[in-house]
Amino acid sequence: MARITMREAISQALMEEMDRDPAVFILGEEVGVWGGTYAVTKGFYDKYGPERVKDTPIAENAILGAAIGAAMVGQRPIAELMTINFAFSAMDYIVNQAPKLRYMFGGQFKVPMVIRAVGGGGRQLGATHSQTPDAIFAHFPGLIVVSPGTPADAKGLLKSAIRSDDPVLFIEHATMYQVRGEVPEGEYLEPLGKSKIQRPGKDVTIVTYCKGLELSMKAADQLSKEGIEAEIVDLRTLRPLDMTPVLESFKKTNRAVVVEEGWKSYGVGAEVVSRIYEEAFDYADAPILRVAQKEVPLPYNRTLEQAALPQVADIVAAVKEVLK
Amino acid sequence: MNKEKLLRMYYEMVLIRRVEERGAELYQAGKIGGFMHLYIGQEAVSTGLIAAREPRDRVITAYRDHGVALNCGISANEVMAELLGKITGMSKGKGGSMHMASVEKNMWGGHAIVGGHLPIAAGLALGDQYAGNDNVTICMFGDGATNIGYFHEALNLAKIWNLRVLWVCENNQYGMGTAVERASAVDEIRQKADGYGMKSERVDGMDVMKMYEASQKAIQYVRETSQPFLLEAVTYRFRGHSMGDPERYRAQEEVKKWQENDPIGIFRAYLLKEGVATEAELDSLEEQAQAETDKAVEFAEASPEPGMEELFKDVYVEQDGW
Repeated sequence: MARITMREAISQALMEEMDRDPAVFILGEEVGVWGGTYAVTKGFYDKYGPERVKDTPIAENAILGAAIGAAMVGQRPIAELMTINFAFSAMDYIVNQAPKLRYMFGGQFKVPMVIRAVGGGGRQLGATHSQTPDAIFAHFPGLIVVSPGTPADAKGLLKSAIRSDDPVLFIEHATMYQVRGEVPEGEYLEPLGKSKIQRPGKDVTIVTYCKGLELSMKAADQLSKEGIEAEIVDLRTLRPLDMTPVLESFKKTNRAVVVEEGWKSYGVGAEVVSRIYEEAFDYADAPILRVAQKEVPLPYNRTLEQAALPQVADIVAAVKEVLK
Repeated sequence: MNKEKLLRMYYEMVLIRRVEERGAELYQAGKIGGFMHLYIGQEAVSTGLIAAREPRDRVITAYRDHGVALNCGISANEVMAELLGKITGMSKGKGGSMHMASVEKNMWGGHAIVGGHLPIAAGLALGDQYAGNDNVTICMFGDGATNIGYFHEALNLAKIWNLRVLWVCENNQYGMGTAVERASAVDEIRQKADGYGMKSERVDGMDVMKMYEASQKAIQYVRETSQPFLLEAVTYRFRGHSMGDPERYRAQEEVKKWQENDPIGIFRAYLLKEGVATEAELDSLEEQAQAETDKAVEFAEASPEPGMEELFKDVYVEQDGW
């Protein structure tokens, strides 16, 4: 197994699937000649040519509408949104078209497409370019929303997403492209819609995903030194949400913290906590806490931005609070 | 054009009229829910247009879709059943009036977000271009859809990527209740093609023969040159925007004036004048259309509702029950 970056893992998945299936092609802003704004598709244009790596105008409706149409007639487009913040310009396609067309037309056709989007704060890009709005998209039935937290999962989940017959929104984190991890070479698939224990423990359950996983792993290491063993459940797919490993863990530890980078209000944590209370209320030994972004638009200033984003220390503090 | 095809077009126009008149009655009777937008008055546009396509050419339209559904060969039974929300509708009663599609007939909907289907139409054409065929995608929309961003993104993309899309604007003078000149920077929609280096034409959409000829020429141009084209059909809807339209925005004299130009009347006069058919032949076709409509209503009323198992079906392809 090679130790590669998240960026390399995503590139690998894309390339392997393009080699495997001629119906797969990429379209988006600067995906071709430029090589991808985050260099994920570097070298693709030379390898596959302009027909399969299509540079588009800066026109998110055109990008996603074209991907949907091509998917309806049997192709497997991968549309890249330069950042998830631009998804709002094409919200109609993500929440109102792609997830609904199959149902609305009585199952007559499929919409097998992937929307890759980069999200997350921490890069001093200011309020409109730093968001983690994952929960909004996870609200809509018909859409699959995936957001990996490790390079291996990024590869395995993206390959599954490309092979899925349903529309998938695949959310990557802008600060995680350099994160390294062991990634199996060649054919390696991770199932969509399955949460996963990323770290076993017995004292407390931390439920998280994507950037939250990176922070939670660090928090768990610190806690371990103090004799607290946290079990970390990585949601990986936000819709459909797999609560089974979460509930199993909670029934064992009886205490939980949910960590997400997005805002707390109406967020992923709100959903997870509600479901734990609905399914396992009697197992709770303490109120479940949420660690999330402060309720402000993210500021540019580095100190202020970091103060608004969830930190390892916040997770450690929350875990200690639920263990009181 | 041979006699059989001409009479088929006449039959389709009358069938659309009869099906929608019965639809309006059933709506008033509370048997059809939601929004329903009638095509009455505009029948020549889709009839001439669809008669000019090859079956492999794809069709996609907005929510005023019953007429084009019938033109594409979807049966009156299925149209009526979908209106009544029955399982025998082409969308199993889950789409309704605004969402009629038939993959088998190469008709890709029935889309209810104004302008939203235009980029999707570019995508259908992109899929064909990627597959290496020369199918044409015919995308119909109203004048109201030409003022929204989707239109401009889609036309631009079609032009720079050489996509085979025939854009057909049905200019029926009003986007809901707002007249074209109150909503659009230019009075003639076809002018908007100029901004994208795209060829265009404006045609009398009340005359099915003119519509057919313009469509045939445009489809051939799109197929052979691999260039998009904008065809503006000037037309008029005789009924309100939808069933719940008080029509405060237009004078009854204006409506009456256009109704004197009834596309079915114009075509009937043409067929008689050219000696294509006799009064008796055309009357007989009208009777057949009436009979098919009556049968469709019976079929739809007798059809079962979708069962509860349909509620969760087709949300996802392989993961039903998620």
